[in-house]
Formats: sequence, C-alpha cells, structure tokens
Amino acid sequence: MKRLPWWLRDFLYATVFIAALIGISYAFDIIHISGIVYYQRIIILMGINIILAVSLNIISGHAGQFSLGHAGFMAIGAYFAAFLTVYYFMPYVNRFPEGTQQWVMQNALLLVAILFGGVAAAVAGYLVGLPSLRLRGDYLAIVTLGFGEIIRVIILNIDKIGAARGFSGIPNWANFFWVYLFAGITVLISWRLVQSSVGRAFLAVREDQIAAEAMGVDTTKYKVKAFIIGSFLAGVAGGLFAHFMMYLNPDMFRFLKSFEVVVMVVLGGLGSISGSIVAAVILTFLPEGLRAAKGFLHMEKDPRMLIYSITLIVLMLTRPQGLLGRRELWQVLARRKDTIPTDERDEGQGTDAAARS
Amino acid sequence: MRRNFLKFLTITLAVALVGCPPKNESASGGNGNPASSGGDILIGEYGSLTGAQATFGQSTHNAIMMAIDEINANGGVNGRKIKVLTEDDQSKQEEAANAVTKLISQNGVLAVLGEVASSCSLAAAPICQANKVPMITPSSTNPEITKKGDYIFRVCFTDDYQGENIAKYAATQLHIKRAAILTDVKNDYSTGLTTTITRVFTSLGGQIVGTASYSNGDSDFRSQLTSVRSKNPEAIFVPGYYTDVGQIAIQSRDLGMKQPLLGGDGWESPKLIEIGGRALDGSMYTNHYFYADPNPLVRNFVQKYKDRYGAIPDGMAALGYDAARVLADAIKRAKKLDGPSLKDAIAETKNFPGVTGTITIGPDRDAIGKKIIIEEVKNGQLTLRATIDPTGGTTPTATAAQ
Amino acid sequence: MQLLLQILLNGIAVGAIYALIALGYTMVYGILKLINFAHGDVFMLGSFTGFYAGLWAAAHIRNQSGAMSWLVAGGIMLLAMAVCAITGYLIERIAYRPLRNAPRIASLITAIGVSFFLEYGGQFVFGPDPKFFPNLIEKHLIQVGGTATTNYQLIVLVLAIVFMALLQYIVYGTKFGRAMRAVSFNYETAALMGIPTDRIISMTFIIGSALAGVGGILYGLLYSKIDPLMGILPGLKAFIAAVLGGIGNVPGAVVGGLLMGLIESFLGGSRFSNFTPAISFVILIGILLFRPSGLFGKYEAEKV
Repeated sequence: MKRLPWWLRDFLYATVFIAALIGISYAFDIIHISGIVYYQRIIILMGINIILAVSLNIISGHAGQFSLGHAGFMAIGAYFAAFLTVYYFMPYVNRFPEGTQQWVMQNALLLVAILFGGVAAAVAGYLVGLPSLRLRGDYLAIVTLGFGEIIRVIILNIDKIGAARGFSGIPNWANFFWVYLFAGITVLISWRLVQSSVGRAFLAVREDQIAAEAMGVDTTKYKVKAFIIGSFLAGVAGGLFAHFMMYLNPDMFRFLKSFEVVVMVVLGGLGSISGSIVAAVILTFLPEGLRAAKGFLHMEKDPRMLIYSITLIVLMLTRPQGLLGRRELWQVLARRKDTIPTDERDEGQGTDAAARS
Repeated sequence: MRRNFLKFLTITLAVALVGCPPKNESASGGNGNPASSGGDILIGEYGSLTGAQATFGQSTHNAIMMAIDEINANGGVNGRKIKVLTEDDQSKQEEAANAVTKLISQNGVLAVLGEVASSCSLAAAPICQANKVPMITPSSTNPEITKKGDYIFRVCFTDDYQGENIAKYAATQLHIKRAAILTDVKNDYSTGLTTTITRVFTSLGGQIVGTASYSNGDSDFRSQLTSVRSKNPEAIFVPGYYTDVGQIAIQSRDLGMKQPLLGGDGWESPKLIEIGGRALDGSMYTNHYFYADPNPLVRNFVQKYKDRYGAIPDGMAALGYDAARVLADAIKRAKKLDGPSLKDAIAETKNFPGVTGTITIGPDRDAIGKKIIIEEVKNGQLTLRATIDPTGGTTPTATAAQ
Repeated sequence: MQLLLQILLNGIAVGAIYALIALGYTMVYGILKLINFAHGDVFMLGSFTGFYAGLWAAAHIRNQSGAMSWLVAGGIMLLAMAVCAITGYLIERIAYRPLRNAPRIASLITAIGVSFFLEYGGQFVFGPDPKFFPNLIEKHLIQVGGTATTNYQLIVLVLAIVFMALLQYIVYGTKFGRAMRAVSFNYETAALMGIPTDRIISMTFIIGSALAGVGGILYGLLYSKIDPLMGILPGLKAFIAAVLGGIGNVPGAVVGGLLMGLIESFLGGSRFSNFTPAISFVILIGILLFRPSGLFGKYEAEKV
C-alpha cells in the first residue's frame, strides 16, 4: 500500500480527532443517565489537568528544570483570559441576538481570550526562566515557588479582578470540546518537541548541562525556551479553567496546586508524556472516586484524603521512577526491550549527578 | 518487575472504577426526578469537613444533621423522611463546585445547603442556578452570592448590614472617635467588612487612624499591632475569624495595649474565649445569636447540641440549624417537589422562628430584618451587651453596664 | 527608636522559631539532598503532643506553681521531642529509605505524600478546630521604656539559642557530627570508610525532628493557638529561611531564620503589609540572584 503524503495523513488525523471530540460532546448532551453531568465535569477537569501536567513535563521532565510555580502561570492565564472576557468580550457578545452569530462570536472570542491568557503566562514564564540561568536544582525550585506566591499576592491586591472576593461572573464558555482540543494540541506540541532538535537539546540540558554546553548547545536559551512553552500552555489551561469554573479565587492557585501538578508529572514518570496523562487522569479521579469510601467504610468522618495520601506514598514507593518511567505507554504495553533504558536507576534529574559529586 | 507494575496499575484502576459506579440511590428512579418518586426526600450538603475552614464546616454539618434528625423524628415532612447527603469540599472552591455537581447530577438532590466560606458558595451558586436546584447558604455573608440568581438564598445577614451596625455602634454608642483596623487580606469576608466599616465609621465623624493587614493563618501579629499602637487608637476593629482574633488579643495585651477589639460574627465560637481568654476583656462583636439567650427555642437548641456533640454550638451551627429548618419548612409548603416550586416556597418564607432570630426572606433572597446581637467579653465570659432590632433600634440589655 | 526596638524584638522571637525548624530542613538536606516537606508537620505533632500532655498534667498534677511548673514544662518538652524524634525516624525508615537509590525527586513526592498524610491525619484524629495551648508557666508582662515583651518571648529566645548551640556542638564537636559531615560530603566514600551511613541518616532525622518538637512547644507557648494545618506556613517559611542561609549549612539556617523573622516583622507593620508574603519572596529571589547558593552556602563550581 502506498503511504499517504504527510500533510494528508496529518489532516486526516486532525479531522478524525475533532470529529471524535464533537461526537463525544454530543453524546454527553443526549445521554441521560444519573450523574452524567458530574462525570462530564470530572472528565473536563481531567483534560485541564492533562494540559497542566504535560506542560510541566516539558519544563521538568524534558528540560530537567524543577519548577514549583506552575499554579502561578496558570493563575496568570486564568485571570487574564477572564479579565478580557468579562470586561471586553462578554458585553460585545451579548449585543448579538441569541443564535448562530452569537455562538460563533462567543467561541471565536473564547479562543482569543485563552490565547492571550497563554501569552501573558508565557511572558511571566520568560521572566521566571531568566533566573534559572544562574540557579539550579532546589534553588530554582524555591525561586519558582516564590514567583508563584508573588503572582498570587499581586492578584490578591487587584480590586478590578476581585481581589480576595474572587472573580465571579465569568461565562461558562469552555466545554468538553475546547478543553480536549487544547489537551490534544498540548500533547501534540510536546510530542513534536521531543522529536525535534529543540527536544534533543532539552534532553541534553537535562542529562548533563556541562557536556551539552561543551557540545555547543546554548543551554540558557533552551532552558528559557522550555519555561516559555510550558508556561504558555499552563496559561491556556488557566484560561480554560476560568471559563469552565465561572469563578476564580487566588486561593485556588496556592503552592499546593503546583505541588499537585508536580506530583502528576513525577508519578507518571518524568519525561513520559503518556505517563503525565495517565497520572493526571488517576489523580483527578482519585479524590472524587474516594467520595464513595465514606459510605463504604461506614465512617462518620471522611477518610478520603487520608486514603489519597497513603495511595500517593505507596505508589511512589512501588514505582520510584514513576508509573511509566521514562517510557511511553505503548512502549510499556508492547514491552519492547530496545526502547527501555538499560538502567532504570539512572533516571532522575540531570542535576543529581552534579549535586552528588 | 514490569509485569508486576502492569498488574498493579490494572488493579489500581479497577479498584478506582469499582469505587465509583453510577450509584443509583434507592430513591432515584432512572432519570426522572428522584425526589418525587416516593421514599426519602434527598437534600444535599456541601461543606469544609476537611481543610483550612473545617472547624466551621463541621459545626455547620453537625447542626444540619441534628435539625434533620429532629424533623424526621417528628414524622418528617408530609409523611416522608428527609435524607441529607454530605460531600466534603476540603475548603477548596473547585471541590465545592465538584461536590455540588455530584449531588445534583448523580444523587438528584432536591435542594442544596452550604457553604460557610463565601468563596466556596460563589463557586457553587452558578451550578445550582443553572440546574434550577435551590441553594441555601447558612452563613456566607458576602452580598454577591444571592445576586447569582433566583435559586440562591441565605438565612444570615450580609456583610454590609453587619459592618454598618458595628461601625454605628462603635461611633454612636461607644463614642469612639479614633479607631484602627486590622484586616485579613486573604479573606473576602474581612476585606468586605473593612470597606463598610471604614465608610460608615468615617461618615459618623469617626477617624480611622491606622490600618494594617495580615493573612489568615499567620500567627504573629505583633508587628501589625506595634504599628497600630503608635497611632494611639481608642479601639481596634478586627473583622476576621476567631481563629486569629484570640491570638491578636493576647499579643496586643502582651504589647501592653489596652484598647478593646471590635469585630463581627467571624469571631463567634466557644474557642474564641478558650484561646483569647482574659485578653479579650472589654472586646465586643456582632453575632447572629447568643448561646445563653433565655429564649426557649435557643435554650432547647443549645441543650440538645451539647447533649449530642458535647460542645456549645457556635454561630455557624445555629445558622446551619436554621438553614436546614427553613428548607424543611419550605419543602412542606411547596406545591410540588421540584426546584421551581421549592424555590418559590423558600422565597415566601416569612417570620420563621429561627434560633438566630426571625427569618423572613426578602426580595433579594437575603434574610431581611434580622436582629443583630452585640456580645461583650467580661472576665473571660461572654455576655450580651445589646440587641439591635432593625425595627426597634438598639436596646441595651440588663447585662450591659458601661 | 522605641518602635524600632519593639519591631526588632518581635522579629527575633519569630525568627528564633523559624530557625529551629529550618535547622531540621537544612540537616536533612545537607545529608540527603532531600527537601523534607513533612518536617513542618512533624513540628505540628510536637505542638499537639505538648497540648495533650499539658492537659494531662493539668488534670493529674496538683501543685503547679513555681519550680514545679518549670519541671512539668521541661518534662512536656522532652516528651514532645521524643514523639517527634520517633515520628521522624519512622518517616525516614518507611518513606525515604526504600528510595535511597531511586531518583531524588521520588522521595520528594513521598515527602509531599507524608506531609498530606500527617495534615489530614491530624484533622482526622485531633479534629480540625484550633486548640488552645496551655500556659505551662505563668506569664509575665515585661515593660521597659516604651517596649513591651513577655517572659515567654525571652524563654523562647534563650531555649532556641541553647538548642542551636547544642546542635552546633553535636555537628562540629562530636564523633557523630564528624560522621554526619562525612556522609553529607560524600555518601559513598563515607560508607567505604566504615561509617554506618543508614544509622547516621536515621540519627540526623531524629535530631532534626526533635528540634522541630522543641519548635512546636515554643510556638505553642508563644502563640497559644495550634491546629493540624499549622505546620504548613511556618514550614514553608523555615524552608525559605534554610535556602536563604544556604541550605545544608547550620549557622546559615539560624541566620536565615532570624532574617526571615525580622523581614516579616518590619514589613508587617509597614504600609506594605498587604504584600508581606510576596516581599519576603522578592527579597529571597534578590539574594539568590546575587548569591546563588544562599548567604553562607558554598558555591561549588561544576565538575565534569
């Protein structure tokens, strides 16, 4: 069989993907089983967490820069997108009569708001990326954590976007389709990045910065690049989150949120895209699934967060290199020996070796 | 190893999936309205059973359960029992939205009770509104919440109303001219009250001589208090939660300050005195109810709560109790057991005798005309200082001695 | 001037507690290169041990005044240190040791898991409501000129200094301390030299956690209010303090803690108090940009 030209093949893939998304969105609308709206909600949150985890994986997994400030980038994206929508786009959309025209405008403007949110986050990512030229390892981690908190405190002091009250009145424009479209795009970007020369440079920086530099890789440029791409996508996730939650509060973006995303990435396996996805799905689902535990165990108090934390510890103890290690899901399933790193013990942050010696 | 891992992953996923089947509650019949199909009437409650605000969430939860058990023991509503399904939101806004969606969509509850924290109520309100499920918040005082739609109600007073009364009382009754404000910047409740107090207090001729801020969860307030001390105010407004107020009081006395502290209903808890003790002497705050109120309704509630949970109910518990009872009363009066009829029934609530005063739901779906109680700490004991009845003005009570 | 003195005094008392917690972070980091996120929650356990022991003492020990109250307080502190030390040991044994040879970030995640476990476990067992930490010793107000303080603040300060000096002696003056420094310098070589690395690491956790226990009691005395989530913020601040001083460095942690306390104290009373949490981070970032390994950290040139 003759192979299709690449553009046609890619176009077909994209068409199938979008058709599937539309199909599933439609299915959600017509299926009436008890709890469907709730499941849909959890699935959408999974999609947002997939974007967050995969984007942090670019920074931490591929480029090896340990960041604890992802919630901050997400906050910038969320607030900026929501600000644009509430103050500029929504009054404009409401001028149209309800109907196709309004629907088209609404979705087009949602796209604009989300992309602007992403750009705003990317600018912040650039600023955070700069100090990473000088700092490494845990010092970088604490600086990114600091940036995240600084962003949160600044938001807390801007009255126009709600300050401590939170930002309410955001329209519910983001739906299953948009979230998973962006999740798909995020995965695609991440995947193509790994295959590209930029991705190879990221890996070189992660594995051995000095060797990379000696080989002529501009390490600082690639580190900042990783931060910009990762934070852009986190901003996109934030924008979607804002238009899905309809309400934002600075408390949503505390450092614990950053921890959650880091946990997803590490649990999935640093550097494994499908690992991040699997972990994002599991960790979004787990606290919700455990709601049943209370009734199951006949307890007065709710033990679900206890179970959640124990699960986390046990998972990490049994799979120290993450669920999938550095491989992708299909490699694990196919058990192809040739793609498996010879020594799993070696996996980890590239800075390890430097710190230990 | 790899085989083990796959097995492990499969098992984890299987367990997770089994843990969350679309459980059909006994009362729910397919996709019809489960609440109207005989059996128990399901109502939902979401609250902070864990997380930073858990102390408020748990006392609200306790009181709601108590109220519902009482109603069921008396034969339920129109011959049917009420069943409360409770979901924890970990004091997180996202989780509050998830919990409410679950209650409405999976369990098909008729109405929803919750939250204490205004930010969580704000996150959940649009979901209730969109699904036409009435929601009653027992104690979220942010004015914004009931503006989210005609299905959202509250049984407590709002921050504006409360702040106005604190400021008025300080300026006109206590004759305070110079005051300082300590604000919890992380907390919309506190920033909201601060704005109102400042506006009203200055309009009555008072002067705010110093402001300082802290974040809920801080434990050292000495630097803020030191800066306030240098301005020599006659009183200090501390519109925050009791979890911080006790420490603020102790530390201000440690710094040799003697000014009374003035605050709002966030102070209310038996723990306030436990933590702050004698340091709070002379301090006053506004509240929804007074636990030693001789009113038989209140006495009965306090006694029952003490018997059942071994503690004096705080203001959040009293409001939770009232919210549940207002809801049950409305269910009784509703023409049909569905969202729109129940909403109308709640909106028609008039002169309902609650523990926190007579409850009438106004046109903005807020409880209107609620009395405000001013409590004073004396010798490490809570005493009633005044009752402000919006219809009859301020009545200083016998215990109030200048 | 008066104001300045008062602010300094406040800052040093807070800083001393941060320093005690920061020491635990810095010791564990120095030896394992692991940020022990559960450390703040061990500190919380110390406070709760003190709380329950204090309640027990109040109920069972009649004569509680003067010297007796000091004895009781001392006993409670030892108990809290013991409970924290055991907890620290168990955490290391169960959650970190199996991951000794795994990527470092794996133990970071278990650290977060353990931290969640202690926080939610605390809410589960102790209840989420704040508790009032008993005044173990009679409290006096001390006023000199325009500044006011309490004997508690002075006790905190003295005890913090005593324990820091003790730690300094252990690390630099004993055989154990030398072994500890050797393990921290190079794990493999130390093992080859016959140093029982596992035992040294356990001891490090035990000492660090015991210090957190002291911190927990002092915190309880100074602030009266304790709750299961109280470890998060001081833990984070102490961690920043440790980084500020150069993580892995004992005197650095002390200086970092004091600095952190002073910065907060100065900002809290200023008109920038809205931005206090952010400004401490801004200062931290500023310092790290000029001294990438903290104030006292050695800057190690990268080796190939």
